Amino acid sequence: MPVPTLEDFMARAYGMELEAHERYSQFAEQLDTHNNREVAQMFGKLAKIEALHAKRILEEMGWPSMPALPPAYAWDTPEGPETAPQDAVHYLMQPYHALEIALRCEQQAQKFFEDIAAADVPPAVRAAALEMAGEEREHVQLVREWMKRVPPPPEGWDEDPDPPRMGE
Amino acid sequence: MQAHSSVSMALAGSGGAGVMTAGNMLLEAAAQAGYYGLMTRTSGPQIRGGEAAAMLRLSTFAGDGQDDAFQVLAAIDWQNVQRFAAELPLGPQSLVIGDPAQGEPPEVFRRSGARYAPVALKKLAAEVAGGWPNMVALGLLAALLGLPPAALEAAVRKSMKKGLEAGLAAARLGMAQAAALPQFALAAPPAAAPRWLITGNEAAGCGALRGGVRFVAAYPITPATELLEWLAPALGRVGGTLVQAEDELASINMALGASYGGVPALTATSGPGLSLMIESLGLGVAAEIPVVVVDVMRTGPSTGIATKSEQADLGTALYGLHGDAPHIVVAPNSIADCLAATEWAVGLAETLQVPAIVLSDQYFGQARAVVDAPGDAAPQRERLPVANGDNYRRYALTESGVSPMALPGARGTTYTADGLEHNEHGTPSSQASDHLAQMDKRARKLAQLDPGAAWASVEGDGDTALVTFGSCTGPAREALARNGNGVRLVSLRLLAPAQPERLKQALAGVKRVLVLEQNHSGQFLRYLRAEYELPGEVKSLRRPGPLPFRPEEIRAALGQWSRA
Amino acid sequence: MNALAEATLCAPKDFKSAIKPVWCPGCGDYSVLSAITKALAALNLRPENVAVVSGIGCSSRIPAYTACYGFHGVHGRALPVATGLKVARPDLTVLVASGDGDGYSIGGNHFLHACRRNVDLTYIVMDNHVYGMTKGQPSPTTEPGWSSKLAPGGTGLREFHPLVIALASGANFIARAYSGDPNGCAALLTEAVRHPGFSFVEVLSPCVTFRPEQREWKTLAHPAPVAPTDDPGRAARRLMTDDGFNIGVLYKGSRPPYTPTRGSAQTMEALECRFRL
Repeated sequence: MPVPTLEDFMARAYGMELEAHERYSQFAEQLDTHNNREVAQMFGKLAKIEALHAKRILEEMGWPSMPALPPAYAWDTPEGPETAPQDAVHYLMQPYHALEIALRCEQQAQKFFEDIAAADVPPAVRAAALEMAGEEREHVQLVREWMKRVPPPPEGWDEDPDPPRMGE
Repeated sequence: MQAHSSVSMALAGSGGAGVMTAGNMLLEAAAQAGYYGLMTRTSGPQIRGGEAAAMLRLSTFAGDGQDDAFQVLAAIDWQNVQRFAAELPLGPQSLVIGDPAQGEPPEVFRRSGARYAPVALKKLAAEVAGGWPNMVALGLLAALLGLPPAALEAAVRKSMKKGLEAGLAAARLGMAQAAALPQFALAAPPAAAPRWLITGNEAAGCGALRGGVRFVAAYPITPATELLEWLAPALGRVGGTLVQAEDELASINMALGASYGGVPALTATSGPGLSLMIESLGLGVAAEIPVVVVDVMRTGPSTGIATKSEQADLGTALYGLHGDAPHIVVAPNSIADCLAATEWAVGLAETLQVPAIVLSDQYFGQARAVVDAPGDAAPQRERLPVANGDNYRRYALTESGVSPMALPGARGTTYTADGLEHNEHGTPSSQASDHLAQMDKRARKLAQLDPGAAWASVEGDGDTALVTFGSCTGPAREALARNGNGVRLVSLRLLAPAQPERLKQALAGVKRVLVLEQNHSGQFLRYLRAEYELPGEVKSLRRPGPLPFRPEEIRAALGQWSRA
Repeated sequence: MNALAEATLCAPKDFKSAIKPVWCPGCGDYSVLSAITKALAALNLRPENVAVVSGIGCSSRIPAYTACYGFHGVHGRALPVATGLKVARPDLTVLVASGDGDGYSIGGNHFLHACRRNVDLTYIVMDNHVYGMTKGQPSPTTEPGWSSKLAPGGTGLREFHPLVIALASGANFIARAYSGDPNGCAALLTEAVRHPGFSFVEVLSPCVTFRPEQREWKTLAHPAPVAPTDDPGRAARRLMTDDGFNIGVLYKGSRPPYTPTRGSAQTMEALECRFRL
């Protein structure tokens, strides 16, 4: 994936955070609709965090609320490295699961930046990538700490004695 | 010589004889001469070459019922014509004309006591190069009626392109044979007035366009196909479109889609097709989408007799939808009324945002008649627009039950039309309060409809009443005209929503009610009993298709009763 | 951005309504909804000029989740509704949403004829190889061996090949997408809407509740190894040997889209003239 300039790199980083934020927000909404309040709130928190990361990038670059991104820029993967996959959730999932998802996302983000830093990119991009990778490493740590404070999922967490209900 | 106010003639023959063509020309000639007239048809099951009969009634008065008997039965040949015996009642005053080269008339016709006059149609036709026996018969029949030769010539010229001169010559030969036969001259024609020559199906199509229909989905079915075929080019000329669907499930849904988009839409079918459309009609009720379905009823149940009439889809039209799904059912009661009733149905569907079923039938649909010209088209009735799109609620609970209907393309009023029960916004809801509120709304819409005098034809007076609908109205009118004693006729045009108050008023003072309908089980009687109060003694005169009622049997039923 | 551009340019979020979907968390349809909103924004459309028509099923819930004009009809009949709407209102962009049961079973006949009629529509079928809404019965695209209550031991019937059927019936654009790649899905949908005539996009969209094993589609779905063809014969060979997981545009035809016939304009009076005596 070509990253010729610092602007391009930061735009991708912004996009990554934004997409991650949107996905966590969606999850928050989905879990809330399905009466899993605790996990919904957790995803809400994660969404806020990603929004902050995204905002910081805008502030650093001095961009207005919406930078002029190319209309569609493809990742090597189907979605951004920090975006939790759509099918990662389960209506009975536990807070610990949410953090497991967040952990994987942060680890993927970290690797994404490390790969860029190791690639043939302009120095400014390398420097920024290294800095971002460092931040993601910190996020990984934070999530691990968070996970220690959250109980692991109990046996049979996904057991639901009631069968699915018929819609129409 | 006695002049007749009405003469019924039938021209029969088998494959290739061209009896329909000749019959149409005779009707056209009578129309040109200023008479009223009606032509119906009957035929064997073969696609071509089968036995067929053109059945005409020419008269000095308007009417679309059959008379009690045919004055003349002419046949090019007698192959299988006895099949139609039940549809061709004859009497001692009748005349049977046949070609002696084709053998004796079948026994069933001779049994009637009718007189027989042999006319060598084929031999006569052979005297003209390229002459046909049906044209000889045409000339003969026209002359028996006393039609001016100019009128016949005009009709022949209008209709024939190929072989015109031969056709005219053959017709003249036929005319010359009439002098030797008993005559059935028509009395002087009525005063000139604007008139149309039209079939019930065409009239319904016309009414649809007048009402504003600009989208039609079509799936062919006997006897509705001609309605759709007439509309196909006509729609294109007034900026509309007709799409042929793959089945009736598609045609009703296409119409709903077009209507949702803001274009008044219609489809036409018969009983089997209506059955297929029932689920989607319910969708139209639930999502409050206007749509009109013309059901040209035929003999049922199931495939039934596709080419014959019956009034047996009433139950389906009124009660066929699952759930409580109030909607409109309208029944034209004459061939001319097919235009007005369909136009009315379109207006009702649009203003009340609901499906409307028009119960026409094969008798109306495929009969061709001279009718009084309809008045000028009324202004089209339109659906309630959105005045203020702020906080738009598609299914807002209004007093009238009718909510402003947003059309795709309008900003700020997007909504999803839904068959699911919903709240005022259209969001699906399983709440009891929402279901009740929407049910009340949809019922209220119709309950508040004031149809005015259009709800029924109420004619005559007396303490005996004849209550009917649709194509039974024609013979009923004629029975009453002959009856002398006061009998009140009530022919319902608006069947749903029922109008109990209006019928009560229409039957005030009535002691005996004869309910007349063309079906086996008495669907109309059951409907009347369920939705209305019928005063006094109630009797049912009913018969399933395919034979139409004739005035005498109605008059007799009324007469017996009054005497009792 | 000038005022005019601002008036027309909508973001994907502008195409989403406030109504929260009731799909199970993890359902592929969330991605399809997101992809649709992205596609509509990329096409520079406005929500009020788009109509989303659906039948019955989980995927058919989608119209109300968009900010467009929606029509949630009865089971299997979305295509005729959309046809009538588009023919009557050619100014609208009309999307049709369905599932494998609604679209290929009860809706099968309409599918054939919609492809044939080639009205300018985009048909999005969210295929999860099961009847989800009614609790897990086999659908026309379910494998023969999949056991269910209604067909214990499996139906034993070979699956429908909807893409082949679409091609044989005359669809002008045939593609397969995968909900696991929402951006790729958005790009395919954008192209599908742009392409004139009947565009058919089958979206593999796993059902987490009744077919949790469909997680493995992640590894099975792969980009189609060849560019789309406009040769029906070549397309037929490809589609008949398709493994069910080729993602991309597979056929792009050039049939002109359906246009209704119009005669020369006449007034009602002129039309009625032929009846006058």
